[in-house]
Amino acid sequence: MREFAYVRAADAAEAAALVAERPDAVYLGGGTNLVDLMKLGVAGPGLVVDVSRLDHDRIEHRADGSALIGAAVRNGELAGDLGVRERFPLLSQSLLAGASGQLRTVATVAGNLLQRTRCGYFQDVTKPCNKREPGSGCPAIEGAHRDLAILGTSEHCVASHPSDMAVALVALDAVVRLRSADGATRTVPVEELYVLPGDTPQRETVLEHGDLITAVELPAPPPGAEMVYRKVRDRRSYAFALVSVGAAVSVDEAGRLADVRIALGGVAPRPWRARTAEELLRGRRPDVATLREAARAELAAARPLPDNAFKVDLTIDLIVAAIRDLVARKDRA
Amino acid sequence: MTTVEQTIGAPLTRVDGPQKVTGEALYSYEFPTPDITYVWPVQSTIARGRVTEVDASAALALPGVLTVLDSGNAPRLNTDAEVSADLFVLQSPEVAYHGQIVAAVVATSLESAREAAAAVRLSYAPEPHDVVLRADDEAAYVPERVTDGGPGFEERGDVERALAAAPVRTDATYTTPVEHPSPMEPHATIASWQEGRLTLHDSNQGPRFAAQLMAGLFGLDLDAVEVVTEHVGGGFGSKGIPRSPAVLAVLAAQVVRRPVKIALTRQQMFALVPHRAPTIQRIRLGAERDGRLTAIDHESVQPRSRMLEFADQTVSSTRMMYAAPDVRTTVKVAPLDIMTPAWFRAPGHTPGMFALESAIDELAVELGMDPIELRIRNEPELDPGTGKPFSSRSLVECLREGAERFGWERRDPAPGVRREGRWLVGTGMAASHHPDYTLPSTATVRAEPDATFVVRIGAVDIGTGARTALTQVAADALGVSPTRLRLEIGRASLGVAPFAGGSMGTSSWGWAVHKACRALVEEMRGYAGVVPDGGLEVVADTTEDLQERADLSRHTFGAQFAQVRVDADTGEIRVDRMLGVFAAGRILSPATARSQFLGAMTMGLSMALLEVGEVDPAFGDFANHDFAGYHIAANADVPKLEVHWLDEHDDRSNPVGGKGIGELGIVGSAAAIANAFHHATGVRVRDLPIRIERSREALRAMRDLAGERGSGVR
Repeated sequence: MREFAYVRAADAAEAAALVAERPDAVYLGGGTNLVDLMKLGVAGPGLVVDVSRLDHDRIEHRADGSALIGAAVRNGELAGDLGVRERFPLLSQSLLAGASGQLRTVATVAGNLLQRTRCGYFQDVTKPCNKREPGSGCPAIEGAHRDLAILGTSEHCVASHPSDMAVALVALDAVVRLRSADGATRTVPVEELYVLPGDTPQRETVLEHGDLITAVELPAPPPGAEMVYRKVRDRRSYAFALVSVGAAVSVDEAGRLADVRIALGGVAPRPWRARTAEELLRGRRPDVATLREAARAELAAARPLPDNAFKVDLTIDLIVAAIRDLVARKDRA
Repeated sequence: MTTVEQTIGAPLTRVDGPQKVTGEALYSYEFPTPDITYVWPVQSTIARGRVTEVDASAALALPGVLTVLDSGNAPRLNTDAEVSADLFVLQSPEVAYHGQIVAAVVATSLESAREAAAAVRLSYAPEPHDVVLRADDEAAYVPERVTDGGPGFEERGDVERALAAAPVRTDATYTTPVEHPSPMEPHATIASWQEGRLTLHDSNQGPRFAAQLMAGLFGLDLDAVEVVTEHVGGGFGSKGIPRSPAVLAVLAAQVVRRPVKIALTRQQMFALVPHRAPTIQRIRLGAERDGRLTAIDHESVQPRSRMLEFADQTVSSTRMMYAAPDVRTTVKVAPLDIMTPAWFRAPGHTPGMFALESAIDELAVELGMDPIELRIRNEPELDPGTGKPFSSRSLVECLREGAERFGWERRDPAPGVRREGRWLVGTGMAASHHPDYTLPSTATVRAEPDATFVVRIGAVDIGTGARTALTQVAADALGVSPTRLRLEIGRASLGVAPFAGGSMGTSSWGWAVHKACRALVEEMRGYAGVVPDGGLEVVADTTEDLQERADLSRHTFGAQFAQVRVDADTGEIRVDRMLGVFAAGRILSPATARSQFLGAMTMGLSMALLEVGEVDPAFGDFANHDFAGYHIAANADVPKLEVHWLDEHDDRSNPVGGKGIGELGIVGSAAAIANAFHHATGVRVRDLPIRIERSREALRAMRDLAGERGSGVR
């Protein structure tokens, strides 16, 4: 049997020290993705350091409207948190749109952020994959890529990031708190946690070996913001997004978009903040034509493949519909 | 029809329900077996060619490994046995499909076997492969027979002439993809040899068939093979006969001289368990303006493996559904480098009726006629294919009853005009059909002196509720409470009985049980109702009864209705409601029958919108091979489902009056949904599954149409 060591760390310092010692050591959150990858032979860690029971397991709501979410908070708990549901409904909706009730009960916030792509070639060790074996090739480009990315890809990798939660966090300008192996702490916006594949698709984040995510900071949402997470998928539950949109908007008295944030899921190697569209929309009246023009501009950079080309227009339609409905909701309120 | 004393027709709770929900029920893999070992298959990573070298040294060096099998050292099977070459496991280095078993590790633990299997190094001489079905494949040919024994090609009348003369015509091509039967319990086997006798605990749909097949492959007498199949977590046809992993377990047990077990992982299921063959079907219809069909031409192109001809009966429903004078039906098979496709729920009829019932709907639109009325107008008196009378045929009653219950009369036939907020809404319907098969069966019943009864039959309950239904049949025939009898099923040694497939279990087994029980009651009269000390036993065999049965056309029918909504922004599809009305003789066990229909209709929904095995042309396998990638409907997809059945009395079927229902519920449901999609959008989708890209293409076409008419949809 393939053996590995398992240690349940007492605190972050011990966990980081253990992982820093061995290049083949990994952190374990809920294990809902890592354990699958180990079974598939994609991951073969020599040491698994369980950080799911560290005391990073609280959700703190502050008076200024911001929140601090511990890295070990379970997805189900976060989705159901009353403060989150009230102040950051987009986050709660994104979590409930992901995985299954069983998985959400064990999956952690940090683990969710660091889950790997579900690209079939990445998960099948009998086939080439530049992410798994750099230089071996990317069969997805000529093969099965319907579920894969259209933005931010490279000729080496077209994998999509599977997280719903991360899309919401990116839309909400969330920041991860990191602890390095040497004990130093720093923060990185969730959006900048991930790196695009370029010619090193094996490198997915800015994390160094031993870096531990300890928490996610959520700044207070803009006053009066309406927000929504809309996910399009083949199956109504227990399926990854074909395309998802996390959007938060606030409208001024003149009916113009005072603040608009749009993040996209299922279309890129990372949760994709649609800054081009946001720029075009800020200060504008959100009529359908304007929304469509902005969404089109965002997707101008798309490099679709034959079987996922439908995602381009679908993303445009979904951005338009999500914001149109948010503004309409605001009007009714 | 139901009196309080009667058990048949009463909603008896599933007799093995408590065992199952408490975990007491043992499935094949779970039988405690001393000295057990584990076999793990090594699967080919090429789709065609040969294995040139198997380097087992690293695998053999791992702890717990007993042996590594390959085609060079595996025991020889009787390859003259009349079985598919798919089952000649490790008999040759030739590779016929991706994922084929090319080596295997036997070890003392599951983990060791799995790790060692990954350490076996294989070298191949690959050859170019082709796994893609094409309508114009030059190698495609018409097989002599399809799976129901009918001809590959049949023509009555002159179809071309009738089509040319028809005032109204339709001509369209429909496709259905690879679909994987995915029972909750994977294929699992424990194989044990004892002094030349073979015992299998095996998850299958017919222990007797399984024993016959294994006896043939291993050159054994039938009575030297016992197959125990106590509980089965679903089969859907894929467990109709043992598959290669079961043969591997028997081979491995022979080599290590210890019991060996295997259970497939979900991922292995996609490669080692046969799938439903995809189809490319062209249907041409000709009709008079009053809706009377004058011609039907239905051709289906399907793949087969290079090992065995397998031709699903895709056009068989078309041969008898409607009263058209000129009908041509053709199946063609194209050999590809794939595993042999096989049965999956209502084989042939499910994809075939998707096409036919879509085509009929298209004709109704073309004629401007109600699709129910069109079907009723083409109702035949006699079986149009054979000229025989039907034992019973209640399609029209199902259509009418369904229309009333669904509220069909309120339907505006105009397509693409109903809008609820961002949703386009439509309704559709289709007919269901499945043959009523009955095969000879034996059954034994024994009366004990304490006035209890034991019924023994080589039947199997694959989750359908057969145990419950047969208990009800026996209790009624004996005139006793179900609590006074014990039913023993699930063993090859219990006697000749057909397998649980083709919806034939209830009628075939039920008849034999009924006959045995009635004979026992007769015999007990001679003892004034007092069972003698040694007990009384009666064996019944229905072979002669079947031969004496009137020569009739025997089928079951139904009508299915669906309401769907399509998001006008995104193309997302939701099914709001499905309703089915079925006629399948006497429903013996309402509780389990209802479950069967609900499950089958859900599978039909899943087929319509979700399920597709994505053939990977480059590697020759299925790109999606787990449940994250191969989508089966989840609870959230399943709408309000209504199941009804007619109280159909078919006393010419069998003495019990029950016909099979397992397959009927899936036939037609995909067409009902596709027809509802058309009604919602005004655009026809002829390729399954209707996923979002196809839905969005339809919406685009709808907008184009609306643009031409000068009215904006948005």
